[in-house]
Amino acid sequence: MTETQSQAPGHVLDLRDLTVTYRTSEGVLPAVRGVDLTVSPGEVVGLAGESGCGKSTLVSTVLRLQPASAQVAGEVLVLGQDVQTISWGKLRAVRWAGASIVFQGALHSLNPVQRVGKQIAEPIWVHEPDLSKEVVEQRVEELLEQVGMAPSRKRSYPHQLSGGQRQRVMIAMALACKPQLIVADEPTTALDVMVQAQILDLMKDLVRELGVGLLIISHDLSVLADICDRVAVMYAGRIVESGAADQVFSDPLHPYTKALSGAFPRIGDPAARYAPAGLKGDPPDPRHLPPGCSFAPRCPLAIDECSAAEPPLVEVAPGRPVACIRAGEHG
Amino acid sequence: MAEPPFLEARDLGVEFTTRSGASARALDGVHLSVQRGEILAIVGESGSGKTTLARTLIGLQAPTSGEVLLEGAPLKYSMRGLRALRRRVQMVLQDAAGSLNPRQTVYESVAEGIRLHGLVDRSGEQRSEADLVAAALSEAGLRPPERLFLRYPHELSGGQKQRVLIAGALALRPELILADEPVSSLDASIRGEILALLLKLRQDLGMGVVVVTHDLGLAWNIADRIAVMYLGRVVECGTTEEVLGKPRHPYTKALLSVVPEIDYLAPVVLTGEIPDPSKIPGGCRFHPRCPQLANGEADAAGVADDCRTVALPVLPADGNHRVACHLDAANEPMRAQRARE
Repeated sequence: MTETQSQAPGHVLDLRDLTVTYRTSEGVLPAVRGVDLTVSPGEVVGLAGESGCGKSTLVSTVLRLQPASAQVAGEVLVLGQDVQTISWGKLRAVRWAGASIVFQGALHSLNPVQRVGKQIAEPIWVHEPDLSKEVVEQRVEELLEQVGMAPSRKRSYPHQLSGGQRQRVMIAMALACKPQLIVADEPTTALDVMVQAQILDLMKDLVRELGVGLLIISHDLSVLADICDRVAVMYAGRIVESGAADQVFSDPLHPYTKALSGAFPRIGDPAARYAPAGLKGDPPDPRHLPPGCSFAPRCPLAIDECSAAEPPLVEVAPGRPVACIRAGEHG
Repeated sequence: MAEPPFLEARDLGVEFTTRSGASARALDGVHLSVQRGEILAIVGESGSGKTTLARTLIGLQAPTSGEVLLEGAPLKYSMRGLRALRRRVQMVLQDAAGSLNPRQTVYESVAEGIRLHGLVDRSGEQRSEADLVAAALSEAGLRPPERLFLRYPHELSGGQKQRVLIAGALALRPELILADEPVSSLDASIRGEILALLLKLRQDLGMGVVVVTHDLGLAWNIADRIAVMYLGRVVECGTTEEVLGKPRHPYTKALLSVVPEIDYLAPVVLTGEIPDPSKIPGGCRFHPRCPQLANGEADAAGVADDCRTVALPVLPADGNHRVACHLDAANEPMRAQRARE
């Protein structure tokens, strides 16, 4: 442990002014626009946002998995190394063993014609080709147990497992090479509430036991509030608000965060009966961002000034940076 | 006798035979009734039979036992009978993106139902097909509708696709819409708008909605009544306030306790998943996962043996708060006494 700490002082993930732009046939598409984000060992950080806000692009840059059409500026430091500039050899060492990703949609991320035990073993073989077969087998069984599955399940094919079990296999695979950072992209979307609770419990326990840093991406702010220490909210490629998870959820300062936090009602709250809360319109097309604040066209608090300039992310309360000129006002 | 409910399921059963010859009871005796203009939520996890129930209600699946009644008359499974039903009851399928034909324009998708049911000829007021399509689209909140006529699904956002599907159902002027997970694939900020649309359709057109979902927050947002399903049966039903405000079945309580927004209930995370419907446990079908049997509460009330061995009756659909649970029945006298005090 001490050895790894000297290698990566402070943060396991440190994004500095990350900007990702896609060149497409229809022009330039800014997907991520100047994001700063850190994850420390043993910390759970949530990134909330909707489809098209750039969160999955952000995830892809953590292990340099972004497509060739993407131009990345800024720094992506994983365990202190900038993964966007290091050599391929060093990058291979970081992938799986330094940081691993639990991808969205466990249904489609597993190979349907290979037993899950073999799939979990694959990254282990890549990183430690000298290990004996027995040792790897044993490691796979341990991993399955760690994620709450019977070791005999290693002989199953993905279609023989339920959605929750497949997600557990994905997590076991992510843990296979003992990474210090795990990034989970929508780990519980498409799972039932009860299975979602099981998976979230499992991830919480793993972070506590193993001291890894965990970055969770989700569109459901309530899920993030439940499991994370800190949460950042992303809209149209930028972080518009961040802070301690419970504060961001219970006392949102940005009108967009307010809408996200109100989208899932508090059951038992009479005010939510026959009154679903939502926002008008759709998220903006990144190719044609509105002038000034990109949330202004959907914002219930918008005034003329909002369209004049993009509001900077400023700390409006201790530990609460918000990008909104009317932060904290009610409307 | 009172007016019969608009749509009713009586002791509905659907049994599938698996390849290995075992039979799986996806629906194992369900009573359910939907009144005109009512919003009913059917909630449960995957594998609870909620989608099979919705499919059976609209005649996509023939029941192996029991019957579906439309205004008191048993549903006929002839072409004609089903057509008559679907004119009045429409289904909005799960996964808007996958349910629209990618090579069909919005206009074609919405007009399909109008053509199939020959609605243009029959309406005496000489409204053209384009008028009907435009009306349906704008009722679904897509305005101005003409701008969308020639768009293809890939040009639409997720929320717009869902609205086009709803418009396709609305075009037939149904009296009831069955919506299977209408917002589960949508972003959080779009969700509210679609739910508000369902409420508005009820208000403006008097349309009833049966919504199938695993999302209890959705039910709290829009439903008048809730039926909680577990392994092919309704295990608790009542008004939304009763079921979500004073849940009595241990399964409902557990489901509620794991909703992230709920902090007044200690989370009860059930282990495992819904069993295979070909292996329905004896006694109470929930007993292998029941936290109140595991923690000895059922034992203390003297019903633990019943939980394991005595099957529960099918709940009637009489509009009252009903619970299929031995422990709840044992606690009934106590609850009645408390109510008197």
